[in-house]
Amino acid sequence: MFRLEVRTSTPAWFNLALPLLAIGATLVLCSGLIALAGAGVIEAYGVMFTASLGDSYAITETMVRAAPMIFTGLAVAVAFRAKFWNIGAEGQLLAGAVASCFVGAIPMPGPLAMVLMAVAGAAAGAAVALVPATLRVKFKVDDVVSSLLLNSVIYYALMALIEGPWKDSFSGYPISPPIEDSANFPVLLEGTRLHLGVVVALIAAPLIWFLIVRTTLGFRIRVTGENPEAARYGGIHVERVLISTALLSGALAGLAGVGEVGGVHFQVMSDISPGYGYSGIVVAMLARLNPLGVVPAAIFLAAVMTGAEAMSRATGVPAFLSDVIQGTALLAMLVALLFTAYRIRRVGAAR
Amino acid sequence: MPLPAPLIEMRGITKSFGAVKANEAVDVSVAPGEILGLLGENGAGKTTLMNVLFGAYAPDAGEILIQGQKVRISSSADALAAGIGMVHQHFHLAPRLTVLENLLIGIPGKAGRIDRAGGLARLAEIGRQHGLTLEPDLPVSALSVGEQQRLEIVKALFRGARLLILDEPTAVLAPSEVDGLFSALRSMAAQGLGIIFISHKLNEVRALTHRCTVLRHGRVAGRVDDPANTTSAAMAQLMCGHEIVPPARGPSTPGADVLTLNGISTSRHSGTALRDVSLAVRAGEILGIAGVSGNGQRALAEVISGTRVPDVGQMTIAGKKVTRFSPPEVQALGLGRIPEDRMTTGLVTNLPLADSMVLPRIGTAAFSSRGLLKPDAIRAFAEAQIKAYDIRCPGPMTRAGALSGGNLQKALLARELAFDPKVLIVSQPTRGLDIGAARFIHEKFLDMRAKGCGIVVIGEDLEELLVLCDRIAVMYEGRIVGTLDSADATIARLGLMMTGAEGHS
Repeated sequence: MFRLEVRTSTPAWFNLALPLLAIGATLVLCSGLIALAGAGVIEAYGVMFTASLGDSYAITETMVRAAPMIFTGLAVAVAFRAKFWNIGAEGQLLAGAVASCFVGAIPMPGPLAMVLMAVAGAAAGAAVALVPATLRVKFKVDDVVSSLLLNSVIYYALMALIEGPWKDSFSGYPISPPIEDSANFPVLLEGTRLHLGVVVALIAAPLIWFLIVRTTLGFRIRVTGENPEAARYGGIHVERVLISTALLSGALAGLAGVGEVGGVHFQVMSDISPGYGYSGIVVAMLARLNPLGVVPAAIFLAAVMTGAEAMSRATGVPAFLSDVIQGTALLAMLVALLFTAYRIRRVGAAR
Repeated sequence: MPLPAPLIEMRGITKSFGAVKANEAVDVSVAPGEILGLLGENGAGKTTLMNVLFGAYAPDAGEILIQGQKVRISSSADALAAGIGMVHQHFHLAPRLTVLENLLIGIPGKAGRIDRAGGLARLAEIGRQHGLTLEPDLPVSALSVGEQQRLEIVKALFRGARLLILDEPTAVLAPSEVDGLFSALRSMAAQGLGIIFISHKLNEVRALTHRCTVLRHGRVAGRVDDPANTTSAAMAQLMCGHEIVPPARGPSTPGADVLTLNGISTSRHSGTALRDVSLAVRAGEILGIAGVSGNGQRALAEVISGTRVPDVGQMTIAGKKVTRFSPPEVQALGLGRIPEDRMTTGLVTNLPLADSMVLPRIGTAAFSSRGLLKPDAIRAFAEAQIKAYDIRCPGPMTRAGALSGGNLQKALLARELAFDPKVLIVSQPTRGLDIGAARFIHEKFLDMRAKGCGIVVIGEDLEELLVLCDRIAVMYEGRIVGTLDSADATIARLGLMMTGAEGHS
């Protein structure tokens, strides 16, 4: 018989080992589904790996996909540190995309347009995140529910926009007008889609890490998240910290949308995000809310997404496996987190 | 006279956590009808031993016998089946359910239905037998702390416990409730139950128990066969391994007022409101605030600490008027603050100890500048305090929650005293601490008093206040009903004032 016993201390190597363990368990669990679909497990995972990380082009494609998830992962990690349960990164991303598309369509010098797109997208994401944060601070409304439901509100508002005023009158497609060519983010490697936004995402992670670990705002965010009562007693304005956190989190999620508009799609359409906002939750959890961990976690999920399509073509396993892997990875990580607080002990059969 | 066969016997219990031996070859036995006191300082191994008995930990060595039969207890369900009931310090009740529903949790009814009538009958019977009456249909959230504890005891009896373990049951009770608890425990013992009573309060142990086992550093340090006729000093010596001398409070030479409150009233926001409270604390004096819990002490502590803004009235610290009533403002004026609840208000248990130690002053130049933390300064500060106050922990990056209560209180004391406060406000400074730690805290207060600090001690332990304070003010329903010089104060007189009778001063 086994049972859980409370740990008195957690070994340091656990922080690194846990996500790897969770990913390993996920791949093992999902191999059953691959076998069920009639494909060879090794072969399928092999195709996934080659297609996502096997050569330099594949790596750039994976990085392009990872960029928005780095931003949403950072958004969720920052919010969860303060125990502001922002499930709304998806809506904040869409708001950021719409705002940056609106700005990008205005003719102006390219560099200026890109800066203003980023500012507008971040501001739009922050404004959306402000709604659940204000509802929680002022009226104690549950932020999980309000931030989650707001995603649908934003999504349908976006749909109304591209089916209405933004609709392409020429083709009739529900897509926004494209942004100015000069506002397209520069591509860093000829012949790939690796754009400037990817680099910005990679720089954002250490900046957010610095903010959380080395600034007084980060200190206040951590303390507020762990014990709001002690924070208040210690002179921290808890409501103000929650609002600041929400603004920061929303802005980061908004930047995810900016990158998609400026670097990938150059316009807004209904499927501009295949759930990058929700994937941000998985990314943040795999990273154990550490902003530096967000980068490898986002790259892992991006590799799964990129690889799943190639695997589907090569082996016939449905590409939906990528969603299953994501969900399983989140569950596996939550189980793995249990072992930071508890350990399994073997005990003899009872009586 | 031959002793009755032990109800329960623990033999040679050894349990290690890593390199630390929490219990080493511990023998404990309880006879039917016996109340055994289990004594020891924090960290002596009492809780570990009881967790072994209750099935939460598997011992590394040793055995447990119930009425001479060797048993194996590997879960709380096993313990309950073996007739062992435990009343923890923190209750395990479902607050939204009623008293009766809490009792019936986990008890199989007939054909999937809850046996309400049977439960009511048992509840009434237990109430009659031991004076443990409870209203069956009241939700637990409506019960006082004392009643919740009574429910925990009834729950154990309801499940047929023959041995009842109580972990510091009096820490949460008012003095009058303690008498009720003791008579119930005596009545249970008279009917043949065994009781293990864990406490730091030696006068209670002497009044209640038949026999005591004293633990120190995980081993049995000694046994006391006649607690009623053994002095507290002798028992304290067994617990600590050395003699304990109560601190001597020399004559005070109070100076100017360092803290004044003038006509402070608060709105009835949560808890009892303050009504026209005025008081003054001088440099080099300790002012006690006595009163039955819930008579406005919390609001008073919050106003002084800068976490509640009064509706009317003025407050000064070191001669300067307080205008915003915020923690940074009162701290900047020279106020040191130690909260009532270490774990929930004082510290952040999941973060490193160093973070908790700098928390109230994180925005000051000592620990940050222009929004950036000074990690080296923070670490150096925590390390210096850990050394100066002998806080037992592996280092400043240890999770605060891993420290014992005494060490946490030392850490909270250190984070304030390091800034040489002119006034110190503390609530329940030694609640839950063992004798050694409490002694240390008291000495620090007296040191600060000698250095000219004015100290306000809000407390419910009148004996402590009488030893420590120069003057004692009594609160009743949000007012200060009187202030006595502690030379003139007696427990009886203070007790009378605590019921609202006017004091003469």
